Amino acid sequence: MQEVIYQIFGPNPEMREIIGLTLIMSALSTIISSAIGIPLGTWLGLTEFRGKKTWLKVNSTLMGLPPVLVGLLVFLLLSRSGPLGKLSLLFSLPAMVLAQVILITPIITGMTANLISINANTINETCIGLGIHPGRKLWLVLNDYKKDYLINILAGFGRSIAEVGAVQMVGGNIQYKTRVMTTAIMMQTNMGQFEQALALGLVLLVIAFVVNFAVQSLRSRISDD
Amino acid sequence: MKKLFLFLMMGVLLLGVIACQPKEVKKPIRMSTTTSVNDSGLMAHLQPEFEKETGYKLEITSAGTGAAIKKGETGDADILLVHSKAAEEAFVAQGFDEVRIPFMYNFFVIVGPADDPAGVKGSANATDAFKAIAAKGATFVTRGDKSGTNSAELKIWKDAGLAPDAAKDTWYINIGTGMGQALNTASEMQAYTLSDKATYLANKGNLEILLEDVPDMKNTYTLIAISTKRFPETNNKGAEVFMEWIKTEKARDLIAKFGVDQYGQALFFNLD
Repeated sequence: MQEVIYQIFGPNPEMREIIGLTLIMSALSTIISSAIGIPLGTWLGLTEFRGKKTWLKVNSTLMGLPPVLVGLLVFLLLSRSGPLGKLSLLFSLPAMVLAQVILITPIITGMTANLISINANTINETCIGLGIHPGRKLWLVLNDYKKDYLINILAGFGRSIAEVGAVQMVGGNIQYKTRVMTTAIMMQTNMGQFEQALALGLVLLVIAFVVNFAVQSLRSRISDD
Repeated sequence: MKKLFLFLMMGVLLLGVIACQPKEVKKPIRMSTTTSVNDSGLMAHLQPEFEKETGYKLEITSAGTGAAIKKGETGDADILLVHSKAAEEAFVAQGFDEVRIPFMYNFFVIVGPADDPAGVKGSANATDAFKAIAAKGATFVTRGDKSGTNSAELKIWKDAGLAPDAAKDTWYINIGTGMGQALNTASEMQAYTLSDKATYLANKGNLEILLEDVPDMKNTYTLIAISTKRFPETNNKGAEVFMEWIKTEKARDLIAKFGVDQYGQALFFNLD
């Protein structure tokens, strides 16, 4: 443990870079996924249309997508010999973010749709009663449910920061470039350096706690207003 | 009260019977091997014959040599099949009277893009080839996982009087993973890497062998039976049976012929 504390706060920036990259990757993926998933989920929750049930079923299947499958698909997509090979994006931060967005967006969408559909009747009736335009309705709901969305966003972030299979495949665990905490833990374990792996795992846990704690307190501040 | 006493006695007796039942004579052998031996398919090739002949079951796990040896230290293996002389010697020197027998070898190969930008082809040895790669600053993927292949690579750099550092040398890509993924990565980046031949032949990608069969790329595999002095429950007997078996004509023949059908050449060679 001492050695890990030294690695984090010592003169060598590598560990700090790994933690930083992990946070950047998870934050970017969560922001993009939320930007898609929350409006989409809200709209799905509010609106009745043909095929909605099927859509929701497909979405809930996607919520449980195996990360290694997503990793494989993104790998093949971005591979030199793949359709987007010209972009040279494999083994880079954007590749990891792309895989994560595919993994997290259905989760945020599904949770949001679920949350909104519980109250959909009341919202819809109120809006009809007040004569509110559907586009404005979506905007109002998005604003109104801000604090409830935080939980969904957090769930996405949690999945993102803890995920290892996909980021290993499309990021490649390249030192100083795409090595994040989970892939570093896996690598240390494969090297038989269990103490280091465990210590890194604890750091990951602490980060998860801090983020959770921050969001929870933010959430209670919003509801106090 | 009497009933309870009787009941308890019966319980104790039953436990006694269970405990005294003859232990299964042939406990499975937990073998910890390196990825190169396992991924190449050699173990799958040997395992059925060994199990059929000796009646022992083999339970094989594979990891880089560093981790494979670690399983011996943590009591999670009965026998090791590894290929990193320095790490093996350090392990055996821990003082548990363990036997280490080198039994087969093959050669590492330097693989890379077909156009060979650093001009590795035709080098006299791996040391010269590595010097050429570094001089050119051509992309090189290192396993960086303390495996046998990784230590062999580091030794070649050392012999070349070089010490590439991924923090400064942007051409030196450290990915901390197994051979298969290192080859995938090198293929995608069109980079050079050092590989064991068997894994490369099973997973060529867009890479070609640029240097092989030079003296400083010999790769020796050894067996280490874990001592019962470390962990009394270790299946040392099974490990010794495997060590005896690997020296038989039958086993040597299996090793020598492995890969010939599929690749037209042997992948591993028996030591005399």
